[in-house]
Amino acid sequence: MGPIMSEKPVIDIALKTPKGDWRDPRVDFRKGTFSYASLPKDLSALGLPNPRKWQPTDLDWQLPPDWKRILLDGMKERLEKYRSFRLFMDVCVRCGACADKCHFYLGSGDPKNMPFARAELVRSIYRRYFTLSGKLFGSLAGGRELTEDVVKEWFYYFYQCTECRRCSVYCPFGIDTAEITMIVRELLSLIGVSTHWIMEPAAKSFQVGNHLGIPPHAFKDSLEFAADELRDITGLDIEIPINRKGAEILFVMPSADYFATPHYYTLLGYMMLFHEIGLDFTVSAYASEGGNFGSFHSNDLMKSLNAKIYDEARRLGVKWILGGECGHMWRVLHQYMDTMNGPADFLEMPVSPITGTRFENAASTRMVHICEFTADLIHHDKLKLDPSRNDPYVVTYHDSCNPSRGMGLLEEPRYVLKNACNNFHEMPASTIREYTFCCGSGAGLGNDENMEMRLRGGFPRANAVRHVREEHGVNLLTCICAIDKATLPTLMDYWVPGVQVAGVHEMLGNALVMTGEKERTVNLRGEPLAKGAADA
Amino acid sequence: MNALAAAAAVLVLMLVGAFAGAVPGGAAAVTVVIPYAAFLTLVIGVAWRVSQWAGTPVPYRIPTTCGQQRSLPWIATAPVDNPDTGLMAAVRVAIEALAFRSLLRNSRAHVSGNRLEFSEARLLWLAALALHWSLLVIVLRHLRFALQPVPFFVPLLETFDGILQIGAPALLITDILVVAALLFLLGRRLVNPLLRYLSLFTDYFALLLLLGIALSGITMRYGARVDIVSVKALVLGLASFRPAVPAAPSPVFLVHLLLVSALAVYLPFSKLMHFGAVFLSPTRNLANNSRRVRHVNPWNHPVPTHTYAEWEAENADVMRAAGLPLDGADHV
Ligand code: SF4
Ligand code: SF4
Repeated sequence: MGPIMSEKPVIDIALKTPKGDWRDPRVDFRKGTFSYASLPKDLSALGLPNPRKWQPTDLDWQLPPDWKRILLDGMKERLEKYRSFRLFMDVCVRCGACADKCHFYLGSGDPKNMPFARAELVRSIYRRYFTLSGKLFGSLAGGRELTEDVVKEWFYYFYQCTECRRCSVYCPFGIDTAEITMIVRELLSLIGVSTHWIMEPAAKSFQVGNHLGIPPHAFKDSLEFAADELRDITGLDIEIPINRKGAEILFVMPSADYFATPHYYTLLGYMMLFHEIGLDFTVSAYASEGGNFGSFHSNDLMKSLNAKIYDEARRLGVKWILGGECGHMWRVLHQYMDTMNGPADFLEMPVSPITGTRFENAASTRMVHICEFTADLIHHDKLKLDPSRNDPYVVTYHDSCNPSRGMGLLEEPRYVLKNACNNFHEMPASTIREYTFCCGSGAGLGNDENMEMRLRGGFPRANAVRHVREEHGVNLLTCICAIDKATLPTLMDYWVPGVQVAGVHEMLGNALVMTGEKERTVNLRGEPLAKGAADA
Repeated sequence: MNALAAAAAVLVLMLVGAFAGAVPGGAAAVTVVIPYAAFLTLVIGVAWRVSQWAGTPVPYRIPTTCGQQRSLPWIATAPVDNPDTGLMAAVRVAIEALAFRSLLRNSRAHVSGNRLEFSEARLLWLAALALHWSLLVIVLRHLRFALQPVPFFVPLLETFDGILQIGAPALLITDILVVAALLFLLGRRLVNPLLRYLSLFTDYFALLLLLGIALSGITMRYGARVDIVSVKALVLGLASFRPAVPAAPSPVFLVHLLLVSALAVYLPFSKLMHFGAVFLSPTRNLANNSRRVRHVNPWNHPVPTHTYAEWEAENADVMRAAGLPLDGADHV
């Protein structure tokens, strides 16, 4: 949700011939290209080590006296705990296939943003301290000394990776720089080096329950506000149950859905859907955050924040869990939750109460993606949809990194969209599905101080949107990710003015013909529907 | 700089090989002692590295999914690029290992005037394929020297390899391919500015070493012919642990053998181990079924959480005022 900047940075995209020696770790912390440091209060609230006041632009980062030992011990521990880390440190052949696949490289032209270069920043330390050849031959074997400048360089470049995994698609060994970034961020956090935009939301998620720090009564207010708004739009009384024991389904969404725009219209869409099909569900004020800022910091913090979802499902006695639209939330739910906080043996096999479909693919975690759920409803003809209500929109779809490359949820949202909208156009094949380009602001980088780098990193995505805007007049970019919804509007304003951003379930809510609704005159944004559109 | 250092290293090795025959004991060292030591290093080194990787836990199931997941039965899936069973994950790895699936995706980005375009870039894939398959055929062809009787497929391979029927001895396709691929890979490393920026000593050294081996081998086949019978006698002797130092080994042969020994020693400790990594990479060899089947982390340790009871105690007043249900009557 970056505000439109008072002074737009002028950004020229150019890929110049890299100069200099990559082994030189010195970084210029240029305004607009890095995130501010975390505050001691947030680290203390989470019980994390070495809290202190510092900023990346400080000469002295006040690292703990034994920072070097802490980092090397931390590396050793993780080399023994993660095959991914050890393997990815060992085997890159520097074939360069990943080089120009990273949106940060394409947008910044900074050679250290090439994924294999980013990885080499830590690989060189690994060689120097953990391999025989590196110990013997040092820099000839590609080793580097671990110095304070290297720490600063790591901070700069591993907070210039959105953990999008695009590089990993192209690598012949599947080397996933996102995995390396996750581990280096963990290492840096051991010496109290982390960013404010991640640690404050993480601390609030831990203490209050959601990253915006919305207490339970305000949570209730904001859902009641949504219900009021829905009454105005549809004329129906829509109930949103909170912390209701014995409901069949716990619904978990990213907190931005009930507190930010354009996320909010997606929330309206979900609630209309649940009302229309008579779903027996509840939301929770305790597990009021599906997003997981811990996952941008360390696996332990990811686990700690994620634990609330199963704990709450157990306490409320629901049968299974349904999850809203959010990218990294789903990476955590799909690839980590069951392993970290399972087994979910207190839940039941998810079965759609409307269609009877058993979600066998979620037989163990017992958590289903809202797009899977809705696609199944549409496929079984359980929803009456009037796509013409979305006719003012010419729609394209942005695959969020995590559901694409950490899950493979590609067709479900498209199926919903194609049933809810008449005008749908895909972006070029090299920029969607598993090849999708990141919004440039994921993994905790979506803050205002980092704006120039965000606009640069988001450039390849914007470039593809501009293409379909010119070709087909696209004016709406849909997605299923809270961070996308927060940051793509800024990106569009800068690169492709005139394109709005929306969630898939906003489109569904617009198109959904509800039993007993009054004649719909406006869409969920309160904009008048196109002439003749509401005659279903 | 790295390229020059690597070239110098390979050159030194070649010189050592070339003059070894002239030094007393030199021929014995290069033909018997070093090959044994190198072979031992190779076997132990590879076993050690692979067991180190295989023995390191895979705490999370993190395949990189490159296609549609299996969710609803009526949605077509991408069973190989997004496998959901162990068997299909094995197929994915096999295609990766045999056909370099991921490299085939390669493209090239061009930027001009704040526009970004992509073009196809299949040459890297083609060169990698040519190099690795040729190397395999060449290694198999060399079994002619190490096994008696010669396995049936070796002459067959040679026939196919020489199918161009140019010159005598027949020009072998793999000889051309391997040199062409190595030169291409070396050339792109030197010419492509992105690669030149980050190429290490080892990147050049590996290519130049292979090039040295290929060229010395080719020289023996088409140029300075060596006495095949004595070579075969030597290799068979080594293989049966009754080594006999050949009387007057040709310098080219000694260079070839020394470079091969160097490769064997270097391989386990270098990026050349990448052949083993394809099979063990957790982003490729795992099925994307983490919601269907629970993946167990062997070291899953407990972490502090903020429990519901703690949370409710902190928020009881506002919750009561807002009419939200409370669990614990005792928190006031
Ligand atoms: S594609 Fe893989 S092997 Fe090639 S340079 Fe990138 S990380 Fe290294
Ligand atoms: S994970 Fe994404 S952001 Fe990070 S290096 Fe790879 S392509 Fe770049």
